[in-house]
Amino acid sequence: MHSSTLLIIVLGLMSLAYYVGRKRAIVSAGGAGRISTLHSLPTYYGLYAALWAGIPAILLMALWTAFQDEILVTLVKAELPGSMLEGLSPGAVGLLVNDIKNLASGAIVSRVATPEMQAAADRFALFSQIAVWAMWLGVLAFALGGMAFAWARTKPQMRARNRVESIFMVILVVFSSIAILTTLGIVLSVLFESLRFFQEISPLDFFFGTLWSPQTALRADQVGATGAFGAVPLFTGTLMVSAIAMLVAVPIGLMSAIYLSEYAPRRVRSWAKPTLEVLAGVPTVVYGFFAALTVAPFIRELGMSMGLDVASESALAAGLVMGVMIIPFVSSLSEDVINAVPQAMRDGSYALGATQSETIRRVIIPAALPGIVGGVLLAVSRAIGETMIVVMAAGLAANLTANPLDSVTTVTVQIVTLLTGDQEFDSAKTMAAFALGLTLFVVTLALNVIALQIVRKYREQYE
Amino acid sequence: MSNSHADGAPPKRTIDVVNASLKRRYARERRFRLVGLTAVILGLTFVGLLFADIIAKGHTAFVQTYIQLPVTFEAETLDPAGTRDPETLARANYQAIIRDALRSEFPDVTDRRGTRALGSMISVGAPSHLRDMVLANPDLVGTTREVWLLADDDIDMLMKGHINRDLPESERRVKDQTVGWIEQLEAQGRIEKRFNTIFFTTGTSREPELAGIAGALMGSFYTLVLTLLISFPIGVGAALYLEEFAPKNRWTDLIEVNINNLAAVPSIVFGLLGLAVFIAIFGVPRSTPLVAALVLSLMTLPTIIIASRAALKSVPPSIREAALGVGASPLQTQMHHVLPLAMPGMLTGTIIGMAQALGETAPLLMIGMIAFIVDIPSGFTSPTTVLPVQIFLWADSPERAFVERTSAAIMVLLAFLILMNLGAVLLRRRFERRW
Repeated sequence: MHSSTLLIIVLGLMSLAYYVGRKRAIVSAGGAGRISTLHSLPTYYGLYAALWAGIPAILLMALWTAFQDEILVTLVKAELPGSMLEGLSPGAVGLLVNDIKNLASGAIVSRVATPEMQAAADRFALFSQIAVWAMWLGVLAFALGGMAFAWARTKPQMRARNRVESIFMVILVVFSSIAILTTLGIVLSVLFESLRFFQEISPLDFFFGTLWSPQTALRADQVGATGAFGAVPLFTGTLMVSAIAMLVAVPIGLMSAIYLSEYAPRRVRSWAKPTLEVLAGVPTVVYGFFAALTVAPFIRELGMSMGLDVASESALAAGLVMGVMIIPFVSSLSEDVINAVPQAMRDGSYALGATQSETIRRVIIPAALPGIVGGVLLAVSRAIGETMIVVMAAGLAANLTANPLDSVTTVTVQIVTLLTGDQEFDSAKTMAAFALGLTLFVVTLALNVIALQIVRKYREQYE
Repeated sequence: MSNSHADGAPPKRTIDVVNASLKRRYARERRFRLVGLTAVILGLTFVGLLFADIIAKGHTAFVQTYIQLPVTFEAETLDPAGTRDPETLARANYQAIIRDALRSEFPDVTDRRGTRALGSMISVGAPSHLRDMVLANPDLVGTTREVWLLADDDIDMLMKGHINRDLPESERRVKDQTVGWIEQLEAQGRIEKRFNTIFFTTGTSREPELAGIAGALMGSFYTLVLTLLISFPIGVGAALYLEEFAPKNRWTDLIEVNINNLAAVPSIVFGLLGLAVFIAIFGVPRSTPLVAALVLSLMTLPTIIIASRAALKSVPPSIREAALGVGASPLQTQMHHVLPLAMPGMLTGTIIGMAQALGETAPLLMIGMIAFIVDIPSGFTSPTTVLPVQIFLWADSPERAFVERTSAAIMVLLAFLILMNLGAVLLRRRFERRW
């Protein structure tokens, strides 16, 4: 009785409804030769019936699966003897409910089952059984009912096409609103947890504190027993890694864009450009592996041979590899803006006797500068948000340092480490990750908005 | 005038100033060009280095060391009652058979430590291999067969040269005694490297020699299929609405700005969204292809929408006018005429979006794909991991043998990505129309 089976049955019913609706329309018109008396093509009557059979049933199914668990848990909890729930924190109640569920499904339980729990588990199993049956019946009834309704309404005068089209338009509007819902979901989920975090830790301590040690202590008298959430070392670490990345990516990316668009013969360009863009398609986890296992040991050995003290997880290694990752990003954005500079400006410069490089430096680059700056800002925002390379190649220790050979940690690394361990939703540790996420989201959003604004302004200038 | 130079008088005409500076300017031109060329070459070198490094590290993972031993399937140990009952056979002590086989191969090893070192040459997965053999063919009991047994990862590393035999013994994971046995086996032709089928057919494991990518690959497959099913209709629908039907107003402006910004939101933020909304609020089971696909769909939507809109834009208005002119409704115009023409462009964008989704790691760490799951997933709601996350997990493992496996998994991942991108390029070449 899996719900995907039910979904497939509903889809089958939809195709049946399509067939039946179409047939019915042709019959009601008086045979295949007289379909011109119908308002719409028979296909639309079929679609109309299929939509009536499918949409209500699928909506019911979605709502049912979303709320079934919650309702069942409430029912089971209501019948538990009050003594079992007395004096339990919400977390402990959740654990108890979980155990009851596991007991019902025969999985491993974290405590010895009492008779009350066993009874509750049996009830839960029974209720879920009933709920599944009820859902099947309800969904199938909806599907068949919708089909019957459409069947009854199929008459030659019915404007089937208009109805089907308006349903389609509604679906399209819903689809296009998903982008907004996503943004809203991101903002709300991150903001909600962050606000809870800032109730415990003052924003001042978070944004200006210089000590980051989110581990909550085991003993009460331990230093920083509540954990220290000063995020400055994370910000500086992020900035340092991003700055190293930009030092690699901007010169190489920009110069190769200039070379490829202004100098390179067509043949060279046609294979060099896609080859460079391979760098953009390589997954970040691959760069992370490359940074951690090849570049970092190499830099360490190089530094050791020069008598420098290099951490095995240096900011330099992570930054260099991140820079390589961003090269194609910078170069393709710069190439776009360089190509957008009107040919007339180049011709004018050549006519005055400037060499090609003088034209590029004195005319094209200044003209393309806003676009290039926009592209670089987009690249910075990508570097700040990049996760896997730093998770694998930068360290975990929050050092407040300006030495690129030292190990630093970044905002994204901390989000990952805070959220991939054991987690409870209300600990300051978990909520700190959301506060960091909020910071990250706001900063990258600001960078993107500014960058897109600059690029758009620049484009208008020459179009 | 031409003798003014000879007189030593300063040149007065502009052309002379220009000519005097030409050499310098041309040198500068050459230098600039060289810098550009260097940048391109540097970029290309990085591509080459990356691939060469991965291939050099990973190519050895496609073979695996096996040791041939004459194994006696003693009835005494396996089936004392002689019933050939599958239950008994499944529970029998196959470790003992392997130990006996090793002992008879190296009779001079008698002390405890030596026996243990001998046993550690064979993978801990070998007994279950023998068990499967016996269960498939119970007649083996009581016979002696030459069996190729999977070697332990240390032996494998030694055979592949990743453990240097010339190092002093104390710095080496494999001791002199074992190296001696290996050399003896080598001389007898009883140790060889064979194609590594385990790597492609099993899930992950704590033992490198038993770890495979099949589980992660299937997880990636289910996730990608579901992502495609969710994001393609939504992306195309949204693009269709925004490009063709939407009135120009504040709401559609807002949607447009939103889509552009979503395309640049760091992927890890989508992971936070998945954790806080899909898992905590909607109760979608964690570590499943379902929740991964929901998160990845939201991530790839902007890519698909932007590509689809560009594809719709490139269909000339005359097509729409002609369709409307002969009486098609606006939706019919789109569905029957514009959409089919724009489809290649949309599919290209979708493939690129899917390639991104296939390589994405960070948000999936947030939604529990990081769990250690050995079983190969069987559906959209069974716990699993995906290929990039598997790579991340293996890269963290300390065993030397995992380095080559990680690289090999990366090679498989890159191969899929290259195939997908190649598909996109071919699709574009084959179907792109210029109007």
